[in-house]
Amino acid sequence: MPAPQCASCHKARAALRRPRSGQALCGPCFCAAFEAEVLHTVVAGRLLPPGAVVAVGASGGKDSTVLAHVLRELAPRLGISLRLVAVDEGIGGYRDAALAAVRRQAARWELPLTVVAYADLFGGWTMDAVARSTAGSGRSRACCTFCGVLRRRALEEGARLVGATHVVTGHNADDMAETVLMNFLRGDAGRLARGGGLGSPGEGGALPRCRPLQLASQKEVVLYAHFRRLDYFSEECVYAPEAFRGHARDLLKQLEAARPSAVLDLVHSAERLARCGALASRALCQACALLDGLNRGRPRLAIGKGRRGLDEEGPPGAPPRPPARSALRSRGTWRSDAVAVRL
Amino acid sequence: MCEVDEDYGEPSPEGLQPSRPGREQKCVKCKEGLPVVVIRAGDAFCRDCFKAFYTHKFRAVLGKNRLIFPGEKVLLAWSGGPSSSSMVWQVLEGLSRDSAKRLRFVPGVIYVDEGAACGQSAADRAKTLAEVKLVLHALGFPWHVVALEEVFGLPPSVLRHCASEPAGTGAAYKVAVDHFLQQQCALGAEREEQLSHPCPKDPEPPAAPPTATQTEALCRLFDSVKTLTAREELLQTLRTHLMLHVARTHGYSKVMTGDSCTRLAVRLLTSLALGRGAFLAWDTGFSDERHGDVVVVRPMREHTLKEVAFYNRLFAVPSVFTPAIDTKAPEKASVHRLMEAFLLRLQARFPSTVSTVYRTSEKLLKAPRDGFAAGPPGPRCLLCMCALDVDTADSATAFGAQTTSHVSPTQPPVPEAGAADGPCCCAQMGGAQGCCREAARACVIEQLCYGCRVNLKDMPSLDPLPPYILAEAQLRSQRPSAEQEAWASLLGSDEEAQVGES
Repeated sequence: MPAPQCASCHKARAALRRPRSGQALCGPCFCAAFEAEVLHTVVAGRLLPPGAVVAVGASGGKDSTVLAHVLRELAPRLGISLRLVAVDEGIGGYRDAALAAVRRQAARWELPLTVVAYADLFGGWTMDAVARSTAGSGRSRACCTFCGVLRRRALEEGARLVGATHVVTGHNADDMAETVLMNFLRGDAGRLARGGGLGSPGEGGALPRCRPLQLASQKEVVLYAHFRRLDYFSEECVYAPEAFRGHARDLLKQLEAARPSAVLDLVHSAERLARCGALASRALCQACALLDGLNRGRPRLAIGKGRRGLDEEGPPGAPPRPPARSALRSRGTWRSDAVAVRL
Repeated sequence: MCEVDEDYGEPSPEGLQPSRPGREQKCVKCKEGLPVVVIRAGDAFCRDCFKAFYTHKFRAVLGKNRLIFPGEKVLLAWSGGPSSSSMVWQVLEGLSRDSAKRLRFVPGVIYVDEGAACGQSAADRAKTLAEVKLVLHALGFPWHVVALEEVFGLPPSVLRHCASEPAGTGAAYKVAVDHFLQQQCALGAEREEQLSHPCPKDPEPPAAPPTATQTEALCRLFDSVKTLTAREELLQTLRTHLMLHVARTHGYSKVMTGDSCTRLAVRLLTSLALGRGAFLAWDTGFSDERHGDVVVVRPMREHTLKEVAFYNRLFAVPSVFTPAIDTKAPEKASVHRLMEAFLLRLQARFPSTVSTVYRTSEKLLKAPRDGFAAGPPGPRCLLCMCALDVDTADSATAFGAQTTSHVSPTQPPVPEAGAADGPCCCAQMGGAQGCCREAARACVIEQLCYGCRVNLKDMPSLDPLPPYILAEAQLRSQRPSAEQEAWASLLGSDEEAQVGES
C-alpha cells in the first residue's frame, strides 16, 4: 500500500501518522509542526522571555537532545541565548558514553557546554559510591531518589556557573503522566499540588525552570530526533531497572494502547490538580481556606497546627494576625474544618 | 503515607483461617475468641470482634461527617454486588438497633436493571429481576426497580443543577437531632415503633417492563460507542441521571452508594487517566454535592473489598450476581480494567497500595463553593454536571495542545483545504442535514468538560443518545443569547435613565 500524501504540503509522500491527531505528514512538515508547537508552548505559556540566557539540561538522551535542537532553531525568534549544562553523576560505563554524545552535540551546534560533576559538587560522592553505600540497606530504589535530587541541585549550580537566567529540561508528556501516576501511588499530595504546570517560577532564590516539551508525546520526540538525524545516547542507566517508575511506565504504555489520548488526559488532570481548589498544599488553597473561614464567620477555621505554610505568602485580603497564631494549616480539608468547628 | 515505613513482611495467610491447633492464636481485640479472619497483616479477628469492627467503621463514617439528618429520606443504590449489599444490610441492622444507637434516617432502595447495556438476554434479565425482588421483599424497605431503558423517558430538567440551602454545619446538625428527639418524645413510643420499621406499605407498583423498542434503542446506543472505556463512562452517566431522577421525584435528598475503599482507589486512578483530575474530589469523596439538591454519599469508603467479602460470607449477606458491562472483557479492553488490574496486582505485592491511594483522595479539596472566589457559578458539564474545566483553545495546556493540533499549525490553508471543508458546508452537499448535525455536535461538545469530551470522541454519532440530553443541550445553547438580549435591553434602559437624570 503506497503511503498517502502529506496532509500539509500535499507534495511529498507522508512518512508518518501523528499519534495524537492521526494526520499523515512528511518528515519536513512534521518537524516544522513539532517546532511550531514547542514555540507555541513557550510563547503562550510565557516560559522564556526575550533576552533570557537559557541553560539546557543536557543528558545526551533523546529528550534533551531534541529540546536543545528545537530551541536552537527557535532561538532567533524567541530572542534567547542557549548554554548547555551537563551533569556528570559518576556512573561508570554509562555516563561517560552519554557525556561523549553531549560533547559531540555541543560541537555540532556550536553551543557552549559546561559539565558539572557530582564528585566536585558533593564532596566526592559519585553515584557509584552512593549505590555501594545504599546497596546493603535493602532499599535499592533509593539510588534513583538520590540521583534525582542531587541532579536537580547540580543543574542549578551549573546554570548559575554559566550565568543563566532560566533552566529548561527535556521532560515530555509521558514523563509528566508517569510522574502523576507515581505521585498518586505514593500518596504524595505535596508534589501533586506543585507539579502541574509547565515549570516553576523559581521560588526561594532558585532559577525559574520549565519544560517546553511537556505537551509533546514521547513518540513524537523520538520521531523528531529520527527525522533530524540527531545523534543521541539511548542506553538505560545501570541503576534504573530497579526504579518504581518502571511500574508507572508499563501502565502508561497499556493505557495509551487502550486510549491514545491517555497521556495528555493525565497531563490535563495534573494541571487541574495543581490549580487552586483541587489539592491543599499551596498558598493559594490556604488562602481559599482562610477566606472561606472568614466568609462563614469562622475566621480561625483554617488556622491550627502545621507550620509548613508559614513562609509562603499569605492571602492578600486577610487581616493580620499575631505571628504565633498565624501558622496556616497546610493540609486543611473540609473535613478537618468540621473538626475545628466541633472543638 | 505512614504506610511507607510499615512492615510489609511476608504476605499474611489470608482469608478464613482454619483454627490451627498447634498455635494458640487469639483474636487481637478480645484476646479470647478464636480468630476466624485476618484482615490486615497479622491482625486476626474473632467473629464477634470483626463484626463490631465492621459495623463501627460504617457508623463512624456517617457520624464523622454528619451529613444525614434524622428523618431524612435516603435512597440506597443497590446493584446486587457485595459492597452495596453489605451497605444495605448495615443500614437494616442500624435501624433495628436499640434507640440510642439507631440510625434515624428513612431508607429506600433503588435497583437499576442494566441488562440491556450489558448484553443480557430477556430471559436472563427476568431471572435476575426475580432474584432481586426476592431479596428486596425480604429486606422490607420501600424499593424502586427501574430499567436503564427509562432514560429515554427522562425530562431534560434532570441535567439541571438545583441549588439547595447549604447543608448546615455541626451546630445545625445538633439542632436537628434535638428537634427530632423532642418530636419523637412527643409522639410517644407508638410512632417510634413505626419509624423504626418503615413498613413497605406501598412498595413501588411494579413498573411496566421496558418496551422492545426502548431496549433496542439502548442497545443501539451502546453498540455505537467504539470503546469499552467510553461505554463504561456512558453507563455510569446514564445510571447516575436515572437515580437522580428517581431521588428527585420521590423526595430523597441523599443517595448512598456502596463504593468500597478498593473501588474508590481504582476509580481515583481511572478518573485521573480519563482527564477528570479536576473532579476527583467529587468522584471519590465522601459526599458529592454536584447535583445540588440530591447529595451522593459513600458510607462504605473505608471498607476494603476484602473486608466486605469476608463480612458478607461470615454473616450470610445475600447478594445477586449480575454480569457487568466489563465482565469477561480482556484486561486491556478499557482504562477501567487496566487500572483495576494494575492496582490489585500492586496491592498483592505492596499491601498498602490501596490505602495510600485512598488516603491521597482524602487530601483532595473541592473547589471553593460557588458564589465565592470563583465569582458567579460557571457553566456545568452537560453530562457529569461538574463545573467546566476546559482552558482557552490555544493556551499552553494539554487542552490547548489538542485543540491547536487540529488546525495545521504550519502553513496557511492551502487551496485544497477549502475543498476539504466542503462537506461541512450545506451548499455542496445539497442538504442542510450534515451541516446541522455537525453544528449540533459542536454545540453539545462545547457544553462538556474535558473528560466527557474525550469520551464523546468515541461516539461517532449523537443521534442514539436519549432525547433529554440533546434537548437540554439545545436549551442551554439558546439560553446565553436570551440572556444577552436581556442584558442589552437592561443596559439600554439604564443608560436612558442616566441620561434622563443628568
